[in-house]
Amino acid sequence: MILVLFAVFLWLFGWWLNSRLASGPQADSRAVRFLAPMIFGLTIIAMWELVVRGLDVPLVILPAPSVIAVRFADSLPILWADFVQTIIKGALSGYLIGCSAAFLMAIAVDRWDFLRLGLLPVGNFVAALPIVGTAPILVMWFGFDWHSKAAVVVVMVFFPMLVNTVAGLREATAMQRDLMETYAATYWQSFLKLRLPAAMPFIFNGLKISTTLALIGAIVAEFFGSPTLGMGFRISTSVGQLSLDMVWAEIVVAALAGTAFYGLVAMIEKAVTFWHPSQRG
Amino acid sequence: MSEAASNQAVVQAQGLDLTFQTNDGPIHALKDVNLTVDKGEFVSFIGPSGCGKTTFLRCIAALETPTGGTLTVNGMTPDEARRNRAYGYVFQAAGLYPWRTIAKNIKLPLEIMGYSAAEQDERVKNVLELVDLEGFGGKFPWQLSGGMQQRASIARALAFDADILLMDEPFGALDEIVRDHLNEQLLALWARTEKTIGFVTHSIPEAVYLSTKIVVMSPRPGRITDVIDSPLPKERPLDIRDTPEFIEVAHRVREGLRAGHTDD
Amino acid sequence: MTSAGIRAVWAVLTVVGVIILFWYAASVPMNIKGVLTEFERAGEQVDPPKAVDRRDMSEFELVFDNPYAIDETWDQDRPRLPAPHQVAEELWETTVEKKITSKRSLIYHAWVTLSATMLGFAIGTGLGILLAVGIVHSRVMDLSVMPWAIVSQTIPIIALAPMIIVVLYSIGIQGIIPKAIISAYLSFFPVVVGMVKGLRSPDAMQLDLLRTYNASRSQGFWKLRLPASMPYLFTSLKIGIAASLVGAIVGELPTGAVAGLGARLLAGSYYGQTVQIWSALFAAAILAACLVGLLGVLERLVLKRMGMSQ
Repeated sequence: MILVLFAVFLWLFGWWLNSRLASGPQADSRAVRFLAPMIFGLTIIAMWELVVRGLDVPLVILPAPSVIAVRFADSLPILWADFVQTIIKGALSGYLIGCSAAFLMAIAVDRWDFLRLGLLPVGNFVAALPIVGTAPILVMWFGFDWHSKAAVVVVMVFFPMLVNTVAGLREATAMQRDLMETYAATYWQSFLKLRLPAAMPFIFNGLKISTTLALIGAIVAEFFGSPTLGMGFRISTSVGQLSLDMVWAEIVVAALAGTAFYGLVAMIEKAVTFWHPSQRG
Repeated sequence: MSEAASNQAVVQAQGLDLTFQTNDGPIHALKDVNLTVDKGEFVSFIGPSGCGKTTFLRCIAALETPTGGTLTVNGMTPDEARRNRAYGYVFQAAGLYPWRTIAKNIKLPLEIMGYSAAEQDERVKNVLELVDLEGFGGKFPWQLSGGMQQRASIARALAFDADILLMDEPFGALDEIVRDHLNEQLLALWARTEKTIGFVTHSIPEAVYLSTKIVVMSPRPGRITDVIDSPLPKERPLDIRDTPEFIEVAHRVREGLRAGHTDD
Repeated sequence: MTSAGIRAVWAVLTVVGVIILFWYAASVPMNIKGVLTEFERAGEQVDPPKAVDRRDMSEFELVFDNPYAIDETWDQDRPRLPAPHQVAEELWETTVEKKITSKRSLIYHAWVTLSATMLGFAIGTGLGILLAVGIVHSRVMDLSVMPWAIVSQTIPIIALAPMIIVVLYSIGIQGIIPKAIISAYLSFFPVVVGMVKGLRSPDAMQLDLLRTYNASRSQGFWKLRLPASMPYLFTSLKIGIAASLVGAIVGELPTGAVAGLGARLLAGSYYGQTVQIWSALFAAAILAACLVGLLGVLERLVLKRMGMSQ
């Protein structure tokens, strides 16, 4: 019980600290913007540890963070192998194929008005559907290994990427198009020099949405069948064996992979679209 | 008239008509427009909105296609002239690409037209000097003021050295002080380059101050109501605007605009 | 209808038509091997006659050699790719021709999934809006919670789903609640992020205007921030409900649940009942489209009443 009380005290202290930071003179500084969420996150983790220990919560319901950390450190080879299988082979290859296919399709859609009129509503419609549901079919077609996961990812990222890229390619203003017209520029000149650069913020928006979708697709597809390897496989079997510390360790990997993947794309975006008002800030 | 139609004519319009089909029915944007612009002239088009002044400029640039009458630019059809890169066009907004530096923006038409890299650098240097922007080539557009951006866009239109410069209310979005300054610079530039300039504006003092010929237009249908050949000398300091000659021309323009207005 | 509208409808119909044609065409090579094996078992003449020889041949060659089998590729029991009319028939049989209470009725399964989706969505959006209001009004919450809400969008938090189901099952909670919890947290974060954006959308001039009236904070909230946030709210509601549905479906996988669209998908993939998988998939798609469409109609009505749309 003392530990639980301590947890409550810790919470109050963390909140007090953040309140001081937020109302202090440095509230808008970079340091506070970094420090405040860190304090909040660490407080939560510490409370989690204290409450689990204080109330003797069984491992099969909620393992303490320290237990998860130990499991994480002990299982690095397994976690790495799962990471390679699911993220590198499944998610990343599917992401690359799906996004490039959608990009090429977007160019065609942008070029032929009829395709835009016909395909875009269909694309918008499909983008809102529960596409992970295609996983059992694609697993049946492409086998248990990573190929079927990549296929699920391709289907999942295709439409959001398509819709965003098409919107981006239409972003150049009428005046900018007229300017190209006065230079008697060819279609591809005006594409490369005007429409493609102008579309970049939209394209990166699509790429960023797709990072998360790729991970979701690759992990969930493994619930429908996989070799004895992979993050989704490990999560579903460990859940079955009630070794929740392993599940949490995989979730930590998924979280790290997700933020790193997204962060990487966001970094490239910053370099490419440095000129856009949202990046100049 | 036959004299003006000699080979000195840069733009020639005869009985030009343009009707837009819209959801609210046809709109008569230009009706029976006749005009000859000679080489080296500075022609202003002035009138209230909807009078077709911008539409006429866009017809010259082959950005719109007339539905009737004839129009030649340098003796060719407007579209042939466009393909021959006969003119530079300056829009209402600078429209510089935010992802390119000023120098790279000016290079844009040069890249498209296939100039060599050395030639591109040379020309960028020259036109930056022409519009007083030396040293700003490495800046991005969003790091410059509105007036400087518009000067850069004029430099971009000058870069490939077309004989004709078409300007569609280029200074409309700028404040009066900046505008005066740019007007002065534009006249100096015109004197140095001897280009033919078509200039759309809705400011009477601007039109009178800049032009050798003022075309007054009025709306519904868009047509020319008066063409005024300016008696002002080619050398024009800013204070010429206080002389009786200037005020008289301005008065005539205002009369023309008013006459067009009472029609509807 | 305007001529542009007719052209758009025509374009969409063409694209859909091409997709269906392509689907039929794809069913032929996809199913040809299975069909030929069946024919061989039935003692009919196939070319080549032995399954071993056929295994490594290209599907197109087999179709070319056995053109009479094409009809059958659209009419198999367990095809690799069922033809559109097979899926449509299955959908018709399991919705219209079955009693709603029947375990084989797709409407029954859709309802199981839908109820969990709606419950979770209601909880998730409710809490999400509350947190967004808190974040906009409290600097501390903004600083400490908001970054995590944003980070959560980049993480496949759906991976938590199997654990939530099993853990709750082990302490005796099962049925709709665990699935609703998954649906709730999946719709929670998009709503928080979208709503914060919406509540912050009024510009400085609009806020200054209220300051000149000496309006209180709550007046500012009810009269400016909340109405201004509506377009953002509906955008994130549409994302949220789609996520909720995915959550409910995935929530049905790990326990080998007996009811729900996710259970139908899983059972179908266990027993190779491809037609069943496809019809469950289409049912899920139709459900998603209806939910998003319903929110779209609601959005239009609300924004129109508020005078925010044309």
